[in-house]
Amino acid sequence: MKHTIFPDSKGYFGQYGGRFVPELLMSALRELEQTYLSLKDDSSFCAEISRLNATYIGRPTPLYCASRLSEYIGGGKIYLKREDLCHTGAHKINNAIGQILLALRMKKKRIVAETGAGQHGVATATVAAKFGVECHIYMGTEDIRRQSLNVFRMQLLGTKVIGVESGSKTLKDAINEALRDWVTNVKTTHYILGSVCGPHPFPMIVRDFQSVIGRETRQQVLDCEGRLPDLLVACVGGGSNSIGLFYPFLNDTEVKMIGVEAGGFGIHTGKHAARFAGGKIGVFQGAKTFVLQNPQGQIQETHSVSAGLDYSAIGPEHSFLHETDRCKYVSVTDDEALQAFLLLSELEGIIPALESAHAVAYLLKNPPPKGTVTVVNLSGRGDKDVLEVQRLLNEKKGKNV
Amino acid sequence: MSRIVEIFNSLKVKNRKGFIAYITAGDPTLEFTENLIQELSCIGVDILEIGVPFSDPLADGPVIQEAVERALEHNTSISHIFEIIKRVRKTNKIPLVLFTYLNPVFQYGIENFAKDASDAGIDGVLILDLPPEESLEIYPVIMRNNLDMIFIVSPTTENSRLDEIVRLSTGFIYYVSHTGVTGEQSNIDSEIKKNVNFIKSKTEKPVAIGFGVSNPEQVKQVSGYGDAVVVGSAIVRRIKEYRNDPLGPKKVANFVNDLLKPLR
Repeated sequence: MKHTIFPDSKGYFGQYGGRFVPELLMSALRELEQTYLSLKDDSSFCAEISRLNATYIGRPTPLYCASRLSEYIGGGKIYLKREDLCHTGAHKINNAIGQILLALRMKKKRIVAETGAGQHGVATATVAAKFGVECHIYMGTEDIRRQSLNVFRMQLLGTKVIGVESGSKTLKDAINEALRDWVTNVKTTHYILGSVCGPHPFPMIVRDFQSVIGRETRQQVLDCEGRLPDLLVACVGGGSNSIGLFYPFLNDTEVKMIGVEAGGFGIHTGKHAARFAGGKIGVFQGAKTFVLQNPQGQIQETHSVSAGLDYSAIGPEHSFLHETDRCKYVSVTDDEALQAFLLLSELEGIIPALESAHAVAYLLKNPPPKGTVTVVNLSGRGDKDVLEVQRLLNEKKGKNV
Repeated sequence: MSRIVEIFNSLKVKNRKGFIAYITAGDPTLEFTENLIQELSCIGVDILEIGVPFSDPLADGPVIQEAVERALEHNTSISHIFEIIKRVRKTNKIPLVLFTYLNPVFQYGIENFAKDASDAGIDGVLILDLPPEESLEIYPVIMRNNLDMIFIVSPTTENSRLDEIVRLSTGFIYYVSHTGVTGEQSNIDSEIKKNVNFIKSKTEKPVAIGFGVSNPEQVKQVSGYGDAVVVGSAIVRRIKEYRNDPLGPKKVANFVNDLLKPLR
């Protein structure tokens, strides 16, 4: 099956996706879709993105052979795709740059966005500053607490950060509030959604802007190894860094792909964000996809040590790739991610984001066979997480005494 | 002919405008909701919209968000709502519209939902996050069970889509009078009249206007533009105020009675 022909004209990846939104947003989504489709192959638009990728984001990001990590794990060769070296410290800027250019073409004067870990918020605040556009970011107050450094960064960039007190006070609630803002100010405002979730055309647009990760990786692996990798591994919250890495390889059937969800305290505890292990198909925040919910269809709260993975739904294209078995989805726990965070820091001198540490943790549990080539998407750097990790380590020490 | 169509016909004969009240089911309790339906029907509310609580009501403002939280504290579900509707229906013929997000309906199962809603005595369904483009599967099921399906038209609806919405909508067409979430507004958008006239140039179906209407003056003003007025958040705010009062439903109905007066 050719996986790269999706979404269809209605925004579906197989049975997943679509555009389940209040009537007030329909015209804005259609305008966004038409603008994007008219520009995506436009040579001046593509040239502008390439120029900003090179001069502002710092692309291409390196593909780094993590030899001490590979040796420690004792299997095949592990490469890290260094998205943590992007300007602002994570892959989120790839999409933010693309979408602000769309917003400017649509003559929108104001930007809103949601953020979980704060990485998408910082990326959006950054491009808003660069292009001189007013920007409001919605963030759950629980996330504001655990990612306080990113809150201050956004403020330094001239963005107003608005705390969201409703629900679980995390990413899903921030998305609700950003959508409410967009519904109210839709004539003047563009919503820069940060992941491959939400209503069509967002899952397509965000994927396309993030696919630069996989396109570069493909060329870089061919250059170093003379062949394609055997395995790609990436963490999956909404799913933007993983689809960005996976998408350009989807038709290469010999390349296996693993998406790592947040197992939180463990699937059996119910406190996690593993949508495929604990969820079922539903309609949430604009798309039909796998959602953690109760039997009555109320959305369940999630838990993860990593704010960026702490989300009840998964991007619809991942549901499709799961259904067709093109990609496998697994989960690792908070503790396993924390161990990987410490290990990568010590072995490679790279402090990963807690989100990306989930992908590394999978390899610690499942060493790739000798002679194989694996690429892990190191989607973000861990500076934002050091205070939270310090707190967690102290908490653990306290328990051990 | 559905109860909704009947009521609009009889309003037309009497040369009167309709009053539609929104309440969230289970706010603060199912018993309160049941009593309130009876009270609102007694004072002459023409149609009742019963909100199905959903954990993530992204089209609703703070007042209805809080109502939903109160209703979900004791896990109000679609099955509970059908139970109280069945009891109400034994004595009461007021047209009832279920106002919901899609996911609770989707999990209940579309076929079962439409059948059970119809059996319970529900007359129409409005699914907030289901635009006509996504309703291809659901629409025939709703129709087959003799329910009306109401769609929303908003100030941002493009003309190219309006014809289809107007064609599919049965019972009435719900015109959202301002861009934004549900909630009370101090100024009613001046474009309402123009937009509603445009809709009415396309169809004979009644048009109800809602989102933001909160006082008798606005009821009078807005009713002049369409066939009915919807009031939600202003009523829900009184439900919160009287939620622990044994006479709560009566007191909320007294408030609604004042909103109704300009239409009588």
